[in-house]
Amino acid sequence: MEADFRVAHPEKAHAPDHKEPGSESAREMVVEATNLEKRFGTLVAVDGISFRVYEGEAFGFLGPNGAGKTSTMRMIQCVSPRTSGELRVFGMDTQEHPREIKQTMGVVPQENNLDPDFPVREGLIQFARYFDIPHADAVKRADELLSLMALEEKKNTTVEKLSGGMKRRLILARALMNRPRLLILDEPTTGLDPQARHLIWEGLRDLVSQGNTILLTTHYMEEAAHLCDRIVIMDHGKILVEGKPQDLVKRYAGDYIVEADSTQEVQECLKRHDIIFDAYEGRVQIFTQDPKEVTRLLLDECSMGGEVAARPASLEDVFLRLTGRTLRE
Amino acid sequence: MLGLPISYRVWKVWRRNMVTFMRTWKVNFIPPFLEPVLYLLALGLGVGSFISDIQGVSYPRYIAPALISIAVMNAAFFECTYASYVRMYYAKTFDAMIATPLSIEEVIAGELLWGATRGLIYAVLMFPVLLAFGVIDLPSSFLIFPFVILAGLLFAGLGMCFTAISPGIDALNYPSFLLITPMFLFSGTFFPLNLLPPFIQIIALALLPLAHVVIVFRSFTLDMISLSILPSLVWLASATLILFIVSIRLMKRRLIV
Repeated sequence: MEADFRVAHPEKAHAPDHKEPGSESAREMVVEATNLEKRFGTLVAVDGISFRVYEGEAFGFLGPNGAGKTSTMRMIQCVSPRTSGELRVFGMDTQEHPREIKQTMGVVPQENNLDPDFPVREGLIQFARYFDIPHADAVKRADELLSLMALEEKKNTTVEKLSGGMKRRLILARALMNRPRLLILDEPTTGLDPQARHLIWEGLRDLVSQGNTILLTTHYMEEAAHLCDRIVIMDHGKILVEGKPQDLVKRYAGDYIVEADSTQEVQECLKRHDIIFDAYEGRVQIFTQDPKEVTRLLLDECSMGGEVAARPASLEDVFLRLTGRTLRE
Repeated sequence: MLGLPISYRVWKVWRRNMVTFMRTWKVNFIPPFLEPVLYLLALGLGVGSFISDIQGVSYPRYIAPALISIAVMNAAFFECTYASYVRMYYAKTFDAMIATPLSIEEVIAGELLWGATRGLIYAVLMFPVLLAFGVIDLPSSFLIFPFVILAGLLFAGLGMCFTAISPGIDALNYPSFLLITPMFLFSGTFFPLNLLPPFIQIIALALLPLAHVVIVFRSFTLDMISLSILPSLVWLASATLILFIVSIRLMKRRLIV
């Protein structure tokens, strides 16, 4: 998987600077949001966010439930009007040119909305009609995508008889029928088993390597780290941070994390040595560049009785650090 | 169109419904054949044997246009209530469609045209049955078809308004038995309106679209066309236009948030 990923994105490994807004001039801007706001009555779902997505980029929105990710996606999809701010897709205003934008966009919604009245293959062909795709092209494209998504054997099956993973793959196939320049995926792999998830990831990586632009929301940190060139973490309708996943990990969680059982003794010992730590659920977490030293310190000088573990920091650590550990909803 | 972003794409929505309808055409085609036979036997021959005539018309010939009117009403109204509600709420078909170049206005207009088409299909299928019973006149009865589409569009729009405001699918039972059932009985369908107290007559003519549909259809099937149907035509055309626009607006308000 790792090897494939690198082969698929040669330019991304070498030219990280080109992902940053501002330094971008050659590549086309696919989505441009400025002070974008969405209110439902008194609830502020999206609170004046600004971001830019460039062509050929895999861009991820992370955040707890209710952070405003889906509301943002729906505005980009031109199906939900914004309250204020600016939003352009392919340089066009989402409220003035919804048809033109939707013509070149593919959408994988959070909730399955496959047409239950059509068998698999026919459903794809029917969907193509909404895009004015000629019938012969639609048939060819449907067969291509069914084979790509390993759904050939199910082509005459009704949608309700498909497993969750198959439905998700079919919905991805449907989103690709019109050869979209921008693919929007709202939690594409929620509820899938690891096999199905990896199959979808592979498909998405191929798309990005072919120069497609992908916008996705997820709360799987692994998914974001795997797929996204750049992410934003949202909470309470605002963007907290933006950057490349590995940079964010470095910046907000450091290189390593050492975890140990939290006791009064350990906490006092750490304070004595001026080591910054987070304490929760009976554990202490220390963000550090030098896990060996911290581990030695804990074992030798803090007379640790319990278990000490060191591991590389992950995006999940960044996420929890920034959005807190309180349960949402 | 009508200040709404509606293009040829409405026919894509219409076609989607037509395709799924034709997939089960056998079961869909039975009721229009069966219904007039049952009604004509039970009401025409059964009840009708106690009735010499109504205003000089035999009872089976009197109720024949009402049977078409009722079938069109039911086909269009129930298509755009329960069936549309299932597509909107449970299958999320409309959500999937508006993620494509289709606008919400086109999706709903396509649903309304399909509801009207379903009424037309029913009327077309009933026609030879009524003809075989000798209860409708030719060629004047052919004139009903354009007005079947108009009536179908009206009842589709009426149904879609309820779909747009119903909190759940069960709430659609209210318009079914509080509006459709009384309308079915008190629109000059099985007995003349003028047998009712005057104020009920006024209410029926002011509020019940079926009453006007029956007036128009009856004048065609009995070959008694006169200018007296003109007010009914104006009433039907105005109501159809209003319901078309209002139902689309209400659905947009419900779905676009």
